[in-house]
Amino acid sequence: MIALGLILLTSLFTAGLIVRVKSIASGRRGPGLFQPLKNIWVLFRKGSVYSEVSGIITRTAPIMVLSALLVASLMVPVAGFPPLISFRADFILFAYLMAFSRFMMIIISFDSGSSFEGMGASREALYGMLIEPALFVLIAGLTVFTGGTSLATIFDLTHREGYSYVFGLIVAYIIGNITVVENSRIPVDDPKTHLELTMIHEVMVLDLSGFNLAVIQLTSLLKFAIFGSLIASAVIPWDLAPAIRIIMFFAVQLLFASAIGMTESFRSRYKMNRNQQYLLTISLISVLFFVIILFTKNIF
Amino acid sequence: MEFYRLKNNPGAVNVSDIPVLEYDAFTEQTLTLLKKREHHAVDYFTTCTGNKLRFFILIAGDDTHTIYLYSHVQDRNVKVLNSLTAHHYPMHVFEREIFEEHGILFVGHPWLKPLRYPNERADRNAAMSNYPFYTIESEELHEVGVGPVHAGVIEPGHFRFICHGENVLHLEIQLGYQHRGLSGLFASSRNMLHRALLAESIAGDSAIGHVLAFSQAAEALCSFIPPSTLQTERIVALEMERIAVHIGDTAALCGDVGYQLGQAACEALRTIVINTMQDWCGNRFGKGLIRPGGTNFPLSADIAGHIMEKLDEVRKRFGNAADLVYNNTGILSRFENTGTVSLAQARHLGAVGVSARASGLKRDVRASHPFQAYTEMKYSPPALDTGDVLARGYMRKLEADISFMVIMKLLDTFRESGSDISPKPDYLMKFKPETLSVSLTEGWRGEISHCIITDETGEVLAARLKDPSIHNWTMLALAVRGAEISDFPLCNKSFNLSYCGHDL
Repeated sequence: MIALGLILLTSLFTAGLIVRVKSIASGRRGPGLFQPLKNIWVLFRKGSVYSEVSGIITRTAPIMVLSALLVASLMVPVAGFPPLISFRADFILFAYLMAFSRFMMIIISFDSGSSFEGMGASREALYGMLIEPALFVLIAGLTVFTGGTSLATIFDLTHREGYSYVFGLIVAYIIGNITVVENSRIPVDDPKTHLELTMIHEVMVLDLSGFNLAVIQLTSLLKFAIFGSLIASAVIPWDLAPAIRIIMFFAVQLLFASAIGMTESFRSRYKMNRNQQYLLTISLISVLFFVIILFTKNIF
Repeated sequence: MEFYRLKNNPGAVNVSDIPVLEYDAFTEQTLTLLKKREHHAVDYFTTCTGNKLRFFILIAGDDTHTIYLYSHVQDRNVKVLNSLTAHHYPMHVFEREIFEEHGILFVGHPWLKPLRYPNERADRNAAMSNYPFYTIESEELHEVGVGPVHAGVIEPGHFRFICHGENVLHLEIQLGYQHRGLSGLFASSRNMLHRALLAESIAGDSAIGHVLAFSQAAEALCSFIPPSTLQTERIVALEMERIAVHIGDTAALCGDVGYQLGQAACEALRTIVINTMQDWCGNRFGKGLIRPGGTNFPLSADIAGHIMEKLDEVRKRFGNAADLVYNNTGILSRFENTGTVSLAQARHLGAVGVSARASGLKRDVRASHPFQAYTEMKYSPPALDTGDVLARGYMRKLEADISFMVIMKLLDTFRESGSDISPKPDYLMKFKPETLSVSLTEGWRGEISHCIITDETGEVLAARLKDPSIHNWTMLALAVRGAEISDFPLCNKSFNLSYCGHDL
C-alpha cells in the first residue's frame, strides 16, 4: 500500500519538477510545480471533440491505456515496501501491460484518420520494439543475480556483494535510458515541440481532447513515476529504517527528474534515423550487464 | 539589343523611353541577357490599359550595377505565348502569375498552375480546393499533407509530401492563403502615408526592408535625394532588422532540434535588439521609422550612443552564443548535410538572398546595386559553399557580424560629424507623370524590389511589389527531396521564407 502511495505521490510532482529545472537552466522562473496537474484538471472539465472518422476506439481506448498502467503500477516495489500484487514471473505481465498500453495508444492514433499520426505510430512501434530487449535482459540479469522470481524481490540488491551498489547504479542508468524512450524525452523525442513532423509521442495524441487527452497525460505522469520507483528500488538499500527509505526515495526522484531536466536543457535531439542506434546501444549495455552478472555468479 | 539601362538604385525612367519589342525579339533578348551568370530577372509583370497588355521585364546586371528594362505590348485577346521558363527556370513564378491573372497559356512551361488564387484571377473555376497537386500512383508511397493551419500558429501554407517511409520523394508547396491584393491597394490608394503603412505590412518581419524599398521608389518619382543623415538612419534601421531576425532565427533553429540552451540565449538577445529599436522609434519592428522624404524619429547623439552601447553588448553575447551553438556536436550532427542545395541548383532556381549566399551564390543588392549609405561603402557579401542547414544558419552569424560593423561605422561617423537633423516626412510629394521607378533593397531575406508606374496626371497607375521569398520557395522543396520528413521543419526554418510576402 505504501509502495502504491509513493508511486502515485511521485507522479504528481515529477513533470512539474522537470519543467522547473529546464526553466531555471535557461534563466527563467518557470511555472509552479503543479502546473501540469492544473492543466490536466482543466482538460478534465472540458468536452471532447472527435474526428469525423473516429469510432469507438478513440472513445474507449484512452481509459484502457491508463488502467493498464495502473495495474502495472500495482506490481512495482518501492525500496523494500512490497507491492500490492506479486507472484512468480509477474514482470512478464508488467512488461506486457506496458506493451498493451502502447498498443492501445497506437490504434488510437490510427483511429483519427490523420495523415501524420500514423507516422508517429510507426515510430513509436519501432522504438517500443527496440527498447523491449533492454528491459527483459536487465530483468533476466537481476533474476540471476538476486535469485528472486518477481518484481517484488529482484530489485533487492542490498548487501549481496560489496559491488552490488555499483550494480544498483548500472541498473539505474539502464532504466533511466529506458525512461527517456518510454516517456518520449530528449534526445529521442521532444515533448515541448510544436512541429508535428518531428514528433513521436505527441503526434499520436494530436486529435485527442478534453477527458481523453487528460487521461493520456495522466498515463505519462504515472509511467514516469513507475520507472522512477524502479530506479529507487535498485539504488536504495532495502534494510534501512522505513522513514529513511522514504526520504531517500524522494531524494532519488528529485535527482532523477533533475537529471532529465538538465539533459533536456543542454543537449539537442538526435536525427530521427540515429535513434535506432541509441536504442540498440541501451539494449547492448543491458546484455553486457547480463554477461557480467553471469561471470560474478561463476556461471561462465 | 534594345533596352533602357537604369544606372541608379533607386532609378526612374519615362515610360515612353522603355523600348517595346515584338514577343519573339523580346524572348530572344531576354534569354540572351539571362545566359550571363551575373544577370538575373528581378521582376517580370504586366500592366493593363484598355485593351492592351504591356509586359515589363527588369533584368539586373550584378557586375555592371545596372538594371535593364524593356517591354512587350500585345492585345489582351492573345492568349498563347511561348514560355521563357522552358529555357530559363527562374521565370516560372512570374509566368504562373501572368497565367493566373490574364489566362495566358505559356507553351513549354513545365507546370503552369496558378500562383496564389487572387480575386483578380482569370479562371474563376480554379480555386484553393482543386489545386492540381502532383501525385505518384504507388502502393508503397503515402502522401502527408501539412497545413494550411500549422501547429505553431505561424502563417498559412499547405505542404504536400510524397513519402516513402520516412523519406521525402517530393514536396509541393501551395501558397496564396494570405493574398490580400496589396498591389491593387497600392495603386488605388491616393494617400502616401497609407501606402507607407501598407508597405510595412507586406511582410511583418521585413517591415523596414519593404518600407525602405517603397520610400526609395516614391522618392525616385520626384527626384528627391535623401540627405546623408537620413541615409545613415535608414541603413542603421535596416541592419538592426537584419540582426534581430538573424539572431531570432538562430534561436528558432536551436529550438527545432530541442537545444534549449541556444534557443534561450539567442531569444534573449533578439529581445534586446528589438527593444532598442523601440527605444528609438516606439515600435519594436521599426514600423513608423522610415517614411518617404524624411523621418519622424531623427537620430540624436543620445540615441546613437544608446544603440551603439546595446548593440555592442549583443554583438559580444551573440558571439559567445554562436560559438556554443556551432561547436555543439549534437547541433552539428543535425545541421550538417541536412537540406543541401548545391550551387548549381541555387543558380538554376534563381535563388536570392541569404539562402543563395549559403550555397555560394553571391547575390546581394548591397554590393551589386548599392542604395542609401551603401553607395559610400564597398560592401562585399560573405558566402559559404555547402548549402546545408549549417551553412544557412552560420550565414546568419556572419551577416550579423557585418551588420554590427556597418552600424558602428555609420553611427561613429554620425556622432563625429554632428550632422544635421533629418527632414520630416513629405506625404504630399508630387510624382512625375508617366514614369516608372524601380527600387531595390537587400532585406534580411534577400532582394526586395518595388516598382511604381504613374499615369499622365502623376497618380499611381500600377505598383509592383516583390518579396525575395517568391524566388526561394522552390529551393525549400528541392532541399528536402531525399531527406527525412522529420528534418523538414528544420529545413523550413533555415530558409525562413515569408508566406505573406509571397502571397501579397
